[in-house]
Amino acid sequence: MGRRIRVLVGKPGLDGHDRGAKTIAAVLRDHGMEVIYTGLHQTPEMIAETALQEDVDVVGLSILSGAHMTLFPRVRAELEKRGLGHVLLTGGGIISKEDMQALEEHGYVQLFGPGTATDDIADWIREEMVKRWKNEEIPL
Amino acid sequence: MQDLLEIVERLFAGDRGALARLISWAENRDSRFPAALGQIYPRVGRAWRIGITGPPGAGKSSLTNGLVQAVRARDETIAVLAIDPSSPFTGGALLGDRIRMEERTQDKGVYIRSMAQRESHGGLARASSDACDVMDAFGFDRIVVETVGVGQAEYDVMGAVDTVVVVLCPGAGDGIQAMKAGLLEVADVLCVNKSDLDGADRLILDLEDALRLRRPRDPAAAGAGAMTPPVVATSAHEAEGLDDLLEAIDSHRRHLERGEVEDLEKIRRGKRIAQVRRVVGERLEEELWSSSGHTATVDSLLEKSITPYDVAEEILGSVLGVSPKTP
Ligand SMILES: Nc1nc2c(ncn2[C@@H]2O[C@H](COP(=O)(O)OP(=O)(O)OP(=O)(O)O)[C@@H](O)[C@H]2O)c(=O)[nH]1
Ligand SMILES: [Mg+2]
Repeated sequence: MGRRIRVLVGKPGLDGHDRGAKTIAAVLRDHGMEVIYTGLHQTPEMIAETALQEDVDVVGLSILSGAHMTLFPRVRAELEKRGLGHVLLTGGGIISKEDMQALEEHGYVQLFGPGTATDDIADWIREEMVKRWKNEEIPL
Repeated sequence: MQDLLEIVERLFAGDRGALARLISWAENRDSRFPAALGQIYPRVGRAWRIGITGPPGAGKSSLTNGLVQAVRARDETIAVLAIDPSSPFTGGALLGDRIRMEERTQDKGVYIRSMAQRESHGGLARASSDACDVMDAFGFDRIVVETVGVGQAEYDVMGAVDTVVVVLCPGAGDGIQAMKAGLLEVADVLCVNKSDLDGADRLILDLEDALRLRRPRDPAAAGAGAMTPPVVATSAHEAEGLDDLLEAIDSHRRHLERGEVEDLEKIRRGKRIAQVRRVVGERLEEELWSSSGHTATVDSLLEKSITPYDVAEEILGSVLGVSPKTP
Protein backbone atom coordinates (compact mmCIF):
# COMPACT_ATOMS: atom_id res chain seq x y z
CA MET A 1 0.00 0.00 0.00
CA GLY A 2 1.49 3.28 -1.08
CA ARG A 3 1.22 6.73 0.26
CA ARG A 4 -2.10 8.00 1.61
CA ILE A 5 -3.39 11.53 1.42
CA ARG A 6 -3.63 13.06 4.89
CA VAL A 7 -6.23 15.76 5.32
CA LEU A 8 -6.96 17.97 8.28
CA VAL A 9 -10.62 18.93 8.42
CA GLY A 10 -11.14 21.93 10.63
CA LYS A 11 -13.86 24.20 11.69
CA PRO A 12 -12.54 27.63 12.61
CA GLY A 13 -14.60 30.49 13.87
CA LEU A 14 -17.48 30.84 16.20
CA ASP A 15 -20.44 29.23 14.54
CA GLY A 16 -21.54 25.96 16.06
CA HIS A 17 -22.43 23.91 13.01
CA ASP A 18 -20.09 21.07 12.25
CA ARG A 19 -22.38 19.02 10.05
CA GLY A 20 -20.66 20.25 6.91
CA ALA A 21 -17.23 19.44 8.31
CA LYS A 22 -18.34 15.98 9.42
CA THR A 23 -19.89 15.24 6.04
CA ILE A 24 -16.78 16.16 4.11
CA ALA A 25 -14.60 14.25 6.58
CA ALA A 26 -16.66 11.11 5.97
CA VAL A 27 -16.59 11.57 2.20
CA LEU A 28 -12.82 11.98 2.10
CA ARG A 29 -12.39 8.93 4.29
CA ASP A 30 -14.58 6.94 1.91
CA HIS A 31 -12.29 8.09 -0.88
CA GLY A 32 -9.41 6.40 0.88
CA MET A 33 -7.91 9.41 2.60
CA GLU A 34 -6.76 9.67 6.20
CA VAL A 35 -8.74 12.44 7.79
CA ILE A 36 -7.75 14.11 11.01
CA TYR A 37 -10.92 15.55 12.39
CA THR A 38 -10.61 18.45 14.78
CA GLY A 39 -13.44 20.02 16.68
CA LEU A 40 -15.29 23.28 16.66
CA HIS A 41 -13.91 26.74 17.29
CA GLN A 42 -10.36 26.18 16.13
CA THR A 43 -8.15 29.24 15.91
CA PRO A 44 -5.94 29.67 12.84
CA GLU A 45 -2.92 29.04 15.09
CA MET A 46 -4.36 25.75 16.34
CA ILE A 47 -5.16 24.63 12.82
CA ALA A 48 -1.67 25.38 11.54
CA GLU A 49 -0.02 23.80 14.57
CA THR A 50 -2.11 20.66 14.11
CA ALA A 51 -1.22 20.60 10.41
CA LEU A 52 2.46 20.70 11.39
CA GLN A 53 2.27 17.95 14.00
CA GLU A 54 0.21 15.72 11.75
CA ASP A 55 2.25 16.42 8.61
CA VAL A 56 -0.91 16.72 6.52
CA ASP A 57 -0.99 17.29 2.78
CA VAL A 58 -4.26 19.15 2.80
CA VAL A 59 -6.14 21.47 5.15
CA GLY A 60 -9.85 21.70 4.49
CA LEU A 61 -11.88 24.30 6.33
CA SER A 62 -15.60 24.56 6.66
CA ILE A 63 -16.64 28.12 7.33
CA LEU A 64 -20.28 29.03 7.71
CA SER A 65 -19.90 32.06 9.92
CA GLY A 66 -19.25 34.52 7.12
CA ALA A 67 -15.74 35.18 8.40
CA HIS A 68 -14.03 33.47 5.47
CA MET A 69 -12.41 36.65 4.16
CA THR A 70 -10.37 36.93 7.34
CA LEU A 71 -10.05 33.27 8.33
CA PHE A 72 -8.62 31.81 5.11
CA PRO A 73 -5.83 34.40 4.85
CA ARG A 74 -5.01 34.00 8.53
CA VAL A 75 -4.77 30.22 8.29
CA ARG A 76 -2.60 30.60 5.20
CA ALA A 77 -0.34 33.03 7.06
CA GLU A 78 -0.02 30.71 10.06
CA LEU A 79 0.84 27.82 7.75
CA GLU A 80 3.52 29.87 5.99
CA LYS A 81 4.94 30.89 9.34
CA ARG A 82 5.55 27.22 10.12
CA GLY A 83 7.11 26.44 6.76
CA LEU A 84 3.94 24.79 5.52
CA GLY A 85 3.46 26.83 2.38
CA HIS A 86 3.23 23.59 0.40
CA VAL A 87 0.06 22.47 2.19
CA LEU A 88 -2.98 22.52 -0.04
CA LEU A 89 -5.50 24.86 1.58
CA THR A 90 -9.07 24.39 0.54
CA GLY A 91 -12.53 24.68 1.94
CA GLY A 92 -16.09 25.62 1.53
CA GLY A 93 -19.10 27.10 3.14
CA ILE A 94 -21.50 29.85 2.43
CA ILE A 95 -19.21 31.98 0.32
CA SER A 96 -20.34 34.32 -2.44
CA LYS A 97 -18.91 34.07 -5.95
CA GLU A 98 -17.16 37.43 -5.57
CA ASP A 99 -15.53 36.50 -2.28
CA MET A 100 -14.45 33.19 -3.70
CA GLN A 101 -12.86 34.86 -6.67
CA ALA A 102 -11.13 37.45 -4.52
CA LEU A 103 -9.61 34.81 -2.25
CA GLU A 104 -8.50 32.64 -5.14
CA GLU A 105 -6.98 35.58 -6.97
CA HIS A 106 -4.88 36.37 -3.94
CA GLY A 107 -3.71 32.80 -4.12
CA TYR A 108 -5.02 32.03 -0.68
CA VAL A 109 -7.04 28.93 -1.41
CA GLN A 110 -8.99 26.80 -3.76
CA LEU A 111 -12.63 26.98 -2.72
CA PHE A 112 -15.84 25.11 -3.21
CA GLY A 113 -19.14 26.91 -3.06
CA PRO A 114 -22.43 25.61 -1.78
CA GLY A 115 -23.84 22.86 -3.92
CA THR A 116 -20.53 21.36 -5.06
CA ALA A 117 -20.84 17.60 -5.11
CA THR A 118 -18.69 16.26 -2.29
CA ASP A 119 -17.30 13.54 -4.53
CA ASP A 120 -15.98 16.24 -6.85
CA ILE A 121 -14.06 17.79 -3.96
CA ALA A 122 -12.48 14.43 -3.16
CA ASP A 123 -11.55 13.87 -6.80
CA TRP A 124 -10.06 17.33 -7.08
CA ILE A 125 -7.92 16.81 -3.99
CA ARG A 126 -6.67 13.48 -5.26
CA GLU A 127 -5.75 14.84 -8.68
CA GLU A 128 -4.00 17.80 -7.14
CA MET A 129 -1.97 15.62 -4.78
CA VAL A 130 -1.03 13.11 -7.45
CA LYS A 131 0.25 15.98 -9.56
CA ARG A 132 2.31 17.43 -6.72
CA TRP A 133 3.76 14.11 -5.71
CA LYS A 134 4.73 13.36 -9.27
CA ASN A 135 6.49 16.71 -9.58
CA GLU A 136 7.99 16.27 -6.12
CA GLU A 137 6.77 19.66 -5.08
CA ILE A 138 6.72 18.84 -1.39
CA PRO A 139 9.74 20.33 0.37
CA LEU A 140 11.29 18.61 3.35
CA MET B 1 21.37 11.67 1.48
CA GLN B 2 21.29 15.44 1.67
CA ASP B 3 17.64 15.25 2.73
CA LEU B 4 18.47 12.71 5.31
CA LEU B 5 21.22 14.64 7.04
CA GLU B 6 19.20 17.80 6.93
CA ILE B 7 16.12 16.29 8.49
CA VAL B 8 18.07 14.52 11.23
CA GLU B 9 19.89 17.73 12.04
CA ARG B 10 16.58 19.55 12.27
CA LEU B 11 15.15 16.83 14.49
CA PHE B 12 18.06 17.15 16.89
CA ALA B 13 17.59 20.92 16.88
CA GLY B 14 14.04 20.44 18.15
CA ASP B 15 12.18 21.08 14.91
CA ARG B 16 8.73 19.55 15.21
CA GLY B 17 8.18 19.69 11.47
CA ALA B 18 11.14 17.36 11.03
CA LEU B 19 9.73 15.08 13.72
CA ALA B 20 6.40 14.96 11.90
CA ARG B 21 8.03 14.30 8.54
CA LEU B 22 10.22 11.48 9.83
CA ILE B 23 7.13 9.75 11.19
CA SER B 24 5.54 10.10 7.75
CA TRP B 25 8.62 8.51 6.22
CA ALA B 26 8.22 5.57 8.56
CA GLU B 27 4.52 5.29 7.77
CA ASN B 28 4.98 5.51 4.02
CA ARG B 29 7.94 3.16 4.01
CA ASP B 30 10.04 5.89 2.48
CA SER B 31 13.32 4.40 1.34
CA ARG B 32 15.19 7.05 3.33
CA PHE B 33 13.70 5.99 6.67
CA PRO B 34 15.93 3.04 7.60
CA ALA B 35 19.07 5.16 7.19
CA ALA B 36 17.50 8.05 9.09
CA LEU B 37 16.62 5.72 11.94
CA GLY B 38 20.22 4.56 11.94
CA GLN B 39 21.33 8.16 12.42
CA ILE B 40 19.03 8.83 15.34
CA TYR B 41 19.20 5.43 17.00
CA PRO B 42 21.93 6.33 19.48
CA ARG B 43 19.43 8.73 21.08
CA VAL B 44 16.64 6.18 21.35
CA GLY B 45 15.86 4.56 24.69
CA ARG B 46 15.47 7.41 27.10
CA ALA B 47 11.69 7.95 27.02
CA TRP B 48 9.31 5.87 29.11
CA ARG B 49 6.67 4.38 26.82
CA ILE B 50 3.14 3.96 28.06
CA GLY B 51 0.44 2.04 26.19
CA ILE B 52 -3.23 2.89 26.70
CA THR B 53 -5.53 0.15 25.51
CA GLY B 54 -9.11 -0.95 26.10
CA PRO B 55 -12.50 -1.29 24.45
CA PRO B 56 -13.90 1.40 22.16
CA GLY B 57 -15.20 4.42 24.00
CA ALA B 58 -13.72 3.53 27.39
CA GLY B 59 -12.14 6.95 27.48
CA LYS B 60 -8.61 6.23 26.26
CA SER B 61 -8.21 9.55 24.47
CA SER B 62 -9.84 11.59 27.23
CA LEU B 63 -7.62 9.87 29.74
CA THR B 64 -4.54 10.45 27.61
CA ASN B 65 -5.43 14.11 27.61
CA GLY B 66 -5.63 14.05 31.41
CA LEU B 67 -2.37 12.16 31.65
CA VAL B 68 -0.64 14.70 29.45
CA GLN B 69 -1.85 17.41 31.78
CA ALA B 70 -0.56 15.57 34.84
CA VAL B 71 2.81 14.99 33.18
CA ARG B 72 3.10 18.63 32.15
CA ALA B 73 2.31 19.72 35.70
CA ARG B 74 5.56 17.96 36.62
CA ASP B 75 7.34 19.87 33.91
CA GLU B 76 8.11 16.79 31.88
CA THR B 77 7.54 16.63 28.12
CA ILE B 78 5.32 14.09 26.42
CA ALA B 79 4.44 12.84 22.97
CA VAL B 80 1.24 11.03 22.05
CA LEU B 81 0.70 8.53 19.26
CA ALA B 82 -3.02 7.92 18.80
CA ILE B 83 -4.03 5.06 16.54
CA ASP B 84 -7.45 4.64 14.95
CA PRO B 85 -8.73 1.98 12.55
CA SER B 86 -8.51 2.12 8.75
CA SER B 87 -11.28 0.86 6.54
CA PRO B 88 -10.21 -2.46 5.04
CA PHE B 89 -12.33 -1.58 2.01
CA THR B 90 -11.21 1.90 1.03
CA GLY B 91 -8.07 2.25 3.14
CA GLY B 92 -9.44 5.54 4.43
CA ALA B 93 -9.58 6.48 8.09
CA LEU B 94 -11.21 8.99 10.32
CA LEU B 95 -8.70 9.92 12.98
CA GLY B 96 -10.67 11.42 15.83
CA ASP B 97 -8.66 10.83 18.99
CA ARG B 98 -7.05 14.21 18.81
CA ILE B 99 -10.33 16.00 19.33
CA ARG B 100 -10.18 15.01 23.02
CA MET B 101 -6.75 16.59 23.41
CA GLU B 102 -7.35 19.86 21.67
CA GLU B 103 -6.28 22.07 24.56
CA ARG B 104 -2.82 20.54 24.33
CA THR B 105 -2.16 21.61 20.75
CA GLN B 106 -0.35 24.85 21.52
CA ASP B 107 1.84 23.48 24.30
CA LYS B 108 5.45 23.22 23.10
CA GLY B 109 6.15 20.41 25.54
CA VAL B 110 3.54 18.21 23.88
CA TYR B 111 3.44 16.56 20.48
CA ILE B 112 0.37 14.67 19.28
CA ARG B 113 0.29 12.48 16.22
CA SER B 114 -2.68 10.56 14.85
CA MET B 115 -1.95 7.40 12.94
CA ALA B 116 -4.18 5.12 10.92
CA GLN B 117 -3.82 1.43 11.56
CA ARG B 118 -3.50 0.75 7.80
CA GLU B 119 -2.70 -2.84 6.92
CA SER B 120 -1.96 -3.90 10.49
CA HIS B 121 -4.45 -6.18 12.25
CA GLY B 122 -3.87 -5.62 15.93
CA GLY B 123 -4.38 -2.46 17.90
CA LEU B 124 -1.25 -0.78 16.56
CA ALA B 125 -0.05 0.40 13.18
CA ARG B 126 2.96 -1.12 11.47
CA ALA B 127 4.94 2.08 11.99
CA SER B 128 4.06 2.52 15.67
CA SER B 129 7.42 1.45 17.03
CA ASP B 130 9.27 3.53 14.45
CA ALA B 131 7.19 6.57 15.36
CA CYS B 132 7.97 6.01 19.05
CA ASP B 133 11.67 5.76 18.25
CA VAL B 134 11.56 9.09 16.43
CA MET B 135 9.69 10.73 19.31
CA ASP B 136 12.16 9.21 21.74
CA ALA B 137 15.16 10.52 19.79
CA PHE B 138 13.55 13.95 19.66
CA GLY B 139 13.89 13.95 23.43
CA PHE B 140 10.45 13.53 24.97
CA ASP B 141 10.45 12.27 28.55
CA ARG B 142 7.39 10.13 28.01
CA ILE B 143 5.47 8.68 25.12
CA VAL B 144 1.86 7.55 25.23
CA VAL B 145 0.54 5.15 22.61
CA GLU B 146 -3.24 4.94 22.40
CA THR B 147 -4.23 1.74 20.62
CA VAL B 148 -7.23 1.17 18.43
CA GLY B 149 -10.20 0.39 20.67
CA VAL B 150 -10.30 -3.37 20.55
CA GLY B 151 -12.49 -5.29 22.94
CA GLN B 152 -10.10 -8.19 22.96
CA ALA B 153 -6.69 -8.27 24.50
CA GLU B 154 -4.25 -6.28 22.50
CA TYR B 155 -0.98 -8.15 22.68
CA ASP B 156 1.00 -6.10 20.18
CA VAL B 157 1.05 -3.15 22.53
CA MET B 158 2.95 -5.19 25.13
CA GLY B 159 5.80 -5.48 22.69
CA ALA B 160 5.85 -1.79 21.88
CA VAL B 161 5.75 -0.09 25.29
CA ASP B 162 7.17 -0.35 28.79
CA THR B 163 3.94 -0.01 30.78
CA VAL B 164 0.52 -1.14 29.56
CA VAL B 165 -2.54 0.59 31.00
CA VAL B 166 -5.83 -1.18 30.31
CA VAL B 167 -8.79 1.18 30.51
CA LEU B 168 -12.24 -0.16 31.31
CA CYS B 169 -15.41 1.64 32.26
CA PRO B 170 -18.75 0.79 33.86
CA GLY B 171 -21.44 -0.29 31.46
CA ALA B 172 -19.04 -1.93 29.04
CA GLY B 173 -18.86 -5.33 30.68
CA ASP B 174 -17.93 -6.79 34.05
CA GLY B 175 -14.84 -8.44 35.49
CA ILE B 176 -15.67 -11.77 33.90
CA GLN B 177 -15.64 -10.24 30.47
CA ALA B 178 -12.33 -8.59 31.14
CA MET B 179 -10.95 -11.97 32.16
CA LYS B 180 -12.37 -13.65 29.12
CA ALA B 181 -10.87 -11.16 26.75
CA GLY B 182 -7.48 -11.58 28.36
CA LEU B 183 -7.28 -7.86 29.09
CA LEU B 184 -6.18 -8.57 32.64
CA GLU B 185 -3.17 -10.45 31.39
CA VAL B 186 -1.77 -7.63 29.34
CA ALA B 187 -2.31 -4.99 32.04
CA ASP B 188 0.48 -3.56 34.13
CA VAL B 189 -2.02 -1.01 35.43
CA LEU B 190 -5.80 -1.34 35.33
CA CYS B 191 -7.76 1.83 35.08
CA VAL B 192 -11.48 2.09 35.73
CA ASN B 193 -12.45 5.28 33.99
CA LYS B 194 -15.79 7.13 34.18
CA SER B 195 -15.73 6.69 37.93
CA ASP B 196 -18.28 9.49 37.99
CA LEU B 197 -20.82 6.99 36.63
CA ASP B 198 -22.82 4.37 38.53
CA GLY B 199 -21.33 0.94 38.52
CA ALA B 200 -17.69 1.99 38.78
CA ASP B 201 -17.32 0.72 42.36
CA ARG B 202 -18.84 -2.59 41.40
CA LEU B 203 -16.44 -2.94 38.45
CA ILE B 204 -13.46 -2.19 40.66
CA LEU B 205 -14.49 -4.90 43.11
CA ASP B 206 -15.05 -7.33 40.24
CA LEU B 207 -11.62 -6.60 38.83
CA GLU B 208 -9.89 -6.92 42.17
CA ASP B 209 -11.58 -10.27 42.60
CA ALA B 210 -10.55 -11.37 39.15
CA LEU B 211 -6.98 -10.29 39.78
CA ARG B 212 -6.76 -12.40 42.90
CA LEU B 213 -7.57 -15.40 40.76
CA ARG B 214 -4.97 -14.52 38.22
CA ARG B 215 -1.69 -16.29 38.25
CA PRO B 216 1.39 -14.17 37.74
CA ARG B 217 2.39 -13.94 34.16
CA ASP B 218 5.31 -16.06 33.09
CA PRO B 219 8.30 -13.89 34.00
CA ALA B 220 10.11 -15.10 30.91
CA ALA B 221 7.51 -13.52 28.64
CA ALA B 222 8.33 -10.17 27.13
CA GLY B 223 7.53 -7.24 29.37
CA ALA B 224 6.49 -9.42 32.25
CA GLY B 225 6.50 -8.32 35.85
CA ALA B 226 5.36 -10.35 38.82
CA MET B 227 3.60 -7.33 40.24
CA THR B 228 -0.17 -7.60 40.53
CA PRO B 229 -1.51 -4.66 38.56
CA PRO B 230 -3.07 -1.98 40.72
CA VAL B 231 -6.63 -0.88 39.96
CA VAL B 232 -6.92 2.88 39.67
CA ALA B 233 -10.20 4.78 39.47
CA THR B 234 -10.28 7.84 37.25
CA SER B 235 -12.73 10.27 35.80
CA ALA B 236 -11.29 11.98 32.78
CA HIS B 237 -14.31 14.26 32.74
CA GLU B 238 -13.81 15.49 36.25
CA ALA B 239 -10.02 15.27 36.16
CA GLU B 240 -10.10 12.85 39.10
CA GLY B 241 -7.50 10.19 39.78
CA LEU B 242 -5.08 11.29 37.09
CA ASP B 243 -2.19 11.73 39.50
CA ASP B 244 -2.96 8.30 40.95
CA LEU B 245 -2.78 6.87 37.45
CA LEU B 246 0.54 8.56 36.79
CA GLU B 247 1.82 7.34 40.13
CA ALA B 248 0.78 3.77 39.31
CA ILE B 249 2.65 4.01 36.02
CA ASP B 250 5.73 5.36 37.75
CA SER B 251 5.54 2.67 40.37
CA HIS B 252 5.55 0.03 37.62
CA ARG B 253 8.51 1.79 36.08
CA ARG B 254 10.45 1.73 39.34
CA HIS B 255 9.54 -1.91 39.74
CA LEU B 256 11.04 -2.71 36.33
CA GLU B 257 14.04 -0.47 36.84
CA ARG B 258 14.87 -2.19 40.10
CA GLY B 259 15.10 -5.31 38.00
CA GLU B 260 13.43 -7.52 40.58
CA VAL B 261 11.80 -9.72 38.00
CA GLU B 262 14.04 -9.27 35.08
CA ASP B 263 16.53 -6.77 33.91
CA LEU B 264 14.87 -3.85 32.10
CA GLU B 265 17.53 -3.97 29.42
CA LYS B 266 16.75 -7.59 28.86
CA ILE B 267 13.04 -6.91 28.59
CA ARG B 268 13.62 -4.17 26.07
CA ARG B 269 16.02 -6.33 24.13
CA GLY B 270 13.34 -9.03 23.95
CA LYS B 271 11.00 -6.47 22.41
CA ARG B 272 13.60 -5.45 19.86
CA ILE B 273 14.11 -9.04 18.87
CA ALA B 274 10.37 -9.40 18.37
CA GLN B 275 10.46 -6.29 16.21
CA VAL B 276 13.24 -7.68 14.05
CA ARG B 277 11.28 -10.87 13.56
CA ARG B 278 8.23 -8.90 12.59
CA VAL B 279 10.12 -6.82 10.04
CA VAL B 280 11.73 -9.91 8.53
CA GLY B 281 8.36 -11.62 8.39
CA GLU B 282 6.75 -8.69 6.62
CA ARG B 283 9.50 -8.37 4.10
CA LEU B 284 9.46 -12.07 3.35
CA GLU B 285 5.74 -12.06 2.84
CA GLU B 286 5.98 -9.08 0.50
CA GLU B 287 8.76 -10.63 -1.52
CA LEU B 288 6.95 -13.90 -1.70
CA TRP B 289 3.70 -12.55 -3.07
CA SER B 290 4.88 -9.62 -5.11
CA SER B 291 7.69 -10.32 -7.51
CA SER B 292 8.40 -13.98 -7.63
CA GLY B 293 5.19 -15.13 -9.18
CA HIS B 294 3.99 -17.41 -6.43
CA THR B 295 0.51 -15.99 -6.82
CA ALA B 296 0.46 -17.46 -10.30
CA THR B 297 1.73 -20.79 -8.97
CA VAL B 298 -1.12 -20.89 -6.50
CA ASP B 299 -3.60 -20.19 -9.26
CA SER B 300 -2.33 -22.88 -11.56
CA LEU B 301 -1.92 -25.49 -8.84
CA LEU B 302 -5.39 -24.99 -7.48
CA GLU B 303 -6.72 -25.76 -10.95
CA LYS B 304 -5.53 -29.29 -10.50
CA SER B 305 -7.94 -29.82 -7.61
CA ILE B 306 -5.25 -30.52 -5.06
CA THR B 307 -5.70 -29.19 -1.54
CA PRO B 308 -4.34 -25.85 -0.28
CA TYR B 309 -1.95 -27.82 1.92
CA ASP B 310 -0.43 -29.54 -1.09
CA VAL B 311 -0.08 -26.22 -2.88
CA ALA B 312 1.57 -24.74 0.19
CA GLU B 313 4.04 -27.61 0.31
CA GLU B 314 4.92 -27.06 -3.35
CA ILE B 315 5.58 -23.39 -2.75
CA LEU B 316 7.56 -23.94 0.44
CA GLY B 317 9.55 -26.55 -1.39
CA SER B 318 10.54 -24.16 -4.11
CA VAL B 319 11.25 -21.27 -1.73
CA LEU B 320 13.26 -23.23 0.79
CA GLY B 321 14.89 -25.41 -1.80
CA VAL B 322 13.66 -28.67 -0.35
CA SER B 323 11.55 -31.27 -1.99
CA PRO B 324 7.93 -31.43 -0.98
CA LYS B 325 7.08 -33.62 1.96
CA THR B 326 5.91 -37.01 0.91
CA PRO B 327 3.24 -38.44 3.13
N1 LIG C 1 -18.95 10.19 32.22
C1 LIG C 1 -17.72 10.10 31.67
N2 LIG C 1 -17.59 10.06 30.35
C2 LIG C 1 -16.32 9.99 29.83
C3 LIG C 1 -15.18 9.99 30.66
N3 LIG C 1 -14.09 9.91 29.88
C4 LIG C 1 -14.53 9.88 28.60
N4 LIG C 1 -15.88 9.94 28.57
C5 LIG C 1 -16.75 9.95 27.38
O1 LIG C 1 -16.68 8.70 26.73
C6 LIG C 1 -16.72 8.87 25.31
C7 LIG C 1 -15.52 8.23 24.66
O2 LIG C 1 -14.35 8.89 25.09
P1 LIG C 1 -12.96 8.75 24.33
O3 LIG C 1 -11.93 9.40 25.18
O4 LIG C 1 -13.08 9.20 22.94
O5 LIG C 1 -12.82 7.16 24.35
P2 LIG C 1 -11.77 6.24 23.57
O6 LIG C 1 -11.57 5.04 24.40
O7 LIG C 1 -10.57 7.04 23.21
O8 LIG C 1 -12.58 5.88 22.26
P3 LIG C 1 -12.01 5.19 20.91
O9 LIG C 1 -10.69 5.81 20.61
O10 LIG C 1 -13.05 5.53 19.91
O11 LIG C 1 -11.94 3.73 21.18
C8 LIG C 1 -16.82 10.36 25.06
O12 LIG C 1 -18.14 10.72 24.87
C9 LIG C 1 -16.26 10.96 26.33
O13 LIG C 1 -16.78 12.24 26.58
C10 LIG C 1 -15.38 10.07 32.10
O14 LIG C 1 -14.44 10.09 32.90
N5 LIG C 1 -16.66 10.13 32.55
MG1 LIG D 1 -9.69 7.37 21.33
